Amino acid sequence: MLRVQSDSFDPGDELSAFAKGRHDIGAVVSFTGVVRDTDKTLKTMEIEHYPGMTERAISKIMDEARTRWNLADVLVIHRHGALQPGEVIMMVATASAHRAAAFEAADFLMDYLKSRAPFWKKEIGANETAWVAAKDEDEAALDRWTSSPPD
Amino acid sequence: MIDVLYFAWLRERIGLGRERISTQAPTVKDLVDELRAREERYALAFEDTSSLRVALDQELSDFDAPLDGVREVAFFPPMTGG
Repeated sequence: MLRVQSDSFDPGDELSAFAKGRHDIGAVVSFTGVVRDTDKTLKTMEIEHYPGMTERAISKIMDEARTRWNLADVLVIHRHGALQPGEVIMMVATASAHRAAAFEAADFLMDYLKSRAPFWKKEIGANETAWVAAKDEDEAALDRWTSSPPD
Repeated sequence: MIDVLYFAWLRERIGLGRERISTQAPTVKDLVDELRAREERYALAFEDTSSLRVALDQELSDFDAPLDGVREVAFFPPMTGG
């Protein structure tokens, strides 16, 4: 399931509801992204997105994960709009019979969401405002999924 | 007619998020050249296309791609999701 929304959500509630009542699942892995303010200067993080393409791009990434791993279920929730430090930005959850597939698929989803889902983060601080620059290592992280395709 | 969309700092630099333009540009690169020639703000925004990405009809593409049949072109900096 995929949700792109401005509303906040509770990752605990989402995780409890995820894959509930299924008996073919032995492993659930989840990742939650939170607005970080290490230097205590951030007031707001604004997340811009490309409506339409966002859903298409993420759906494609989720389909790819389902193709590569035997997954019982996949969940992606990603917010946009103005977020405060400490707020949840997004979450990913994967469910499978065994843990390796769930871990790897969650890792894969996060790598691709970082660099291939059309979101742009802007940090509005007390003194300055700046767009978050994409990191070379985030782009490089995609290579490990293309050089040796997982089973 | 083609819809051209701009996101993030590119949108801010150009001063709008979307416009509909009439163009005969055969490729994305040609469209960028047309935009650059329009006004200073476009020239500055598209100064270095290696720092930009392009999507055609909401699919990631590249600057050499043809525009034949494309309805929506979007330009933006590298994405920072997650």
